[in-house]
Amino acid sequence: MSRLEIKGLHVSVITEEGSKEILRGVDLVINSGETHAIMGPNGSGKSTLAYSFAGHPKYTITAGTVTLDGADVLDMTVDERAKAGLFLAMQYPVEVPGVSVSNFLRTAVTAIRGEAPKVRTWVGEVKEAMTQLSMDPAFSERNVNEGFSGGEKKRHEILQMELLKPKIAILDETDSGLDVDALRIVSEGVNRVKANQDLGIMLITHYTRILRYIKPDFVHVFAGGRIVEEGGPELATKLEENGYAEYATA
Amino acid sequence: MSLDTLTNYMTPTGREEPWRFTPMNRLAGLHDPAVELRDRVSLEPLDIPSGVSLTIEASDIFPPLSDTEDQIIIRVRESASKLLLLTIDANAEINEPVFLKREVLDLSPEVSRVRIDAGVNSHATIVIENSGDGVIAEEVEINLASGSNIKFVTLQEWSSRAVHVARHHAIIGKDASFTSYVITVGGSLVRILPTVEYKGPGSSAELFGLYFATDGQHFEHRVHVDHKVPGAKSRVNYKGALNGDSARTVWIGDVFIKATAQGTDTYELNRNLLLSHGARADSVPNLEIETGDIVGAGHASTTGRFDDEQLFYLMSRGIPAEQARRLVIRGFFAEIVSKLDIEPIEVRVMERIDGELSEVKS
Ligand SMILES: Nc1ncnc2c1ncn2[C@@H]1O[C@H](COP(=O)(O)OP(=O)(O)OP(=O)(O)O)[C@@H](O)[C@H]1O
Ligand SMILES: [Mg+2]
Repeated sequence: MSRLEIKGLHVSVITEEGSKEILRGVDLVINSGETHAIMGPNGSGKSTLAYSFAGHPKYTITAGTVTLDGADVLDMTVDERAKAGLFLAMQYPVEVPGVSVSNFLRTAVTAIRGEAPKVRTWVGEVKEAMTQLSMDPAFSERNVNEGFSGGEKKRHEILQMELLKPKIAILDETDSGLDVDALRIVSEGVNRVKANQDLGIMLITHYTRILRYIKPDFVHVFAGGRIVEEGGPELATKLEENGYAEYATA
Repeated sequence: MSLDTLTNYMTPTGREEPWRFTPMNRLAGLHDPAVELRDRVSLEPLDIPSGVSLTIEASDIFPPLSDTEDQIIIRVRESASKLLLLTIDANAEINEPVFLKREVLDLSPEVSRVRIDAGVNSHATIVIENSGDGVIAEEVEINLASGSNIKFVTLQEWSSRAVHVARHHAIIGKDASFTSYVITVGGSLVRILPTVEYKGPGSSAELFGLYFATDGQHFEHRVHVDHKVPGAKSRVNYKGALNGDSARTVWIGDVFIKATAQGTDTYELNRNLLLSHGARADSVPNLEIETGDIVGAGHASTTGRFDDEQLFYLMSRGIPAEQARRLVIRGFFAEIVSKLDIEPIEVRVMERIDGELSEVKS
């Protein structure tokens, strides 16, 4: 059992005009096995929340705490957070020229597991994970995210999640840019990891269609840098019909 | 040097265009006629395969094959009484690289004149390895007979006290291919002039370079490609990284397409990665085209800082900062290093860079 606890989180970014507050007091608890959907208008701060957990240097935490099983996440370096069991599937995965997917995956898995994977089983492990996500094994030899299509980048994020086996995963619009089949394939990947290791999920999305595959236990409405409403899966349907107009002044 | 030439010799001051980036006071007198240059042959072969011969010749029997205005190279021509001649027989297919090594230098200035003659349709790889201390002015002329295919690799893995000024001039015959790798990862001041001229159609040159400068190092590469004959091709790709506030690099890429060079195909590229705020990389691509009848001509030059987004992405997958940095730098150089195809050198160069990266300041 793992537990990610966010309390009173305030986050700012440095802009040319000075510091700008984006998150204004976020409270959220995610336990192993739970799926929390986060929905909210563009620019409301969802990615900021995701990046803040992962420790992106662009964001400054001005108040609040984030703990994973009691350990202070905000005090950890970016790689320590990953080793502690946090995983962020990014909305815009980064290209790393000259670094092959296979080298990247092996290096990451070695860092997270604390030892190099056995050569004999490793190749098979990667191949199987790729096949399950309908990724051509030729991707192994390509450079990380370089020239990948939008959907291929998202599959590659989930591939990493399958291999790194986190405790808590934040999926930032993993469904955006996926075709109908890819959405199902990627969702199945997420559900596999969830079933295998009781993953806790924070799923940021604009659409309910992914929620048909990955069933949320909770839906949170995010607006103006805060969670403004919480409910069950029925809340997602309501949002899809009515939009966020009623939260506009929140 | 005779008195006669002494009077004609113009000591560069550093204000001249070709010298304006070079810290003249760090040349250890290589440009100064008052400083005598030791005259000997310092390169040693590792192994000479059959089909290749290495001889020491009297310099005046082998006059230079090309023109130069570089004052230090003019001094080399005038001071060297011997020439190291490497000959590759016509039609020879030499599969293993021919290594020439220079290790026993000290900090007294000296000269070196080398010539490589590649026979008709010959294939070979030649590697010159420079390490340790040294203050040396050098000219290497590489003469590629028609249909020959030569890979020419020079490694500057000098100590941080060494000074090395060199011209590598390739004369490329009809249907001959010249590929060069200039790898500069050590030295106090290294100034290399990789220059190319073509003798016939179907000739091609691929000039690759990799440099990594740290505090106190000045690495300068001045590429010059002269397209005078029709139907020749050139590709230039130099990549450099700078680590340390007083690291300096200069890259000049002169490509001239003369009116007689119809059907030329050329592209040159230089990318620099600044790992420290004070580091400075000058990059000056210069493409001059006198005929409209070409296949293609282009150039690109970028100088940028380390990409923190790449670092964040790798670290968010559990990879520690230092290792992530190394991965990104290795990735940056990969397109050059992986083409080299001489594994022990690839490994050695990347390990040296890895080691010096541990001292990254941002
Ligand atoms: N450097 C910056 N300068 C000014 N504003 C910034 C900066 N960085 C982020 N912001 C602002 O922070 C707000 C939150 O951005 P964030 O990416 O978290 O939104 P989001 O909810 O993920 O939106 P989307 O649904 O479009 O992905 C946006 O209004 C954005 O413009
Ligand atoms: Mg977003």
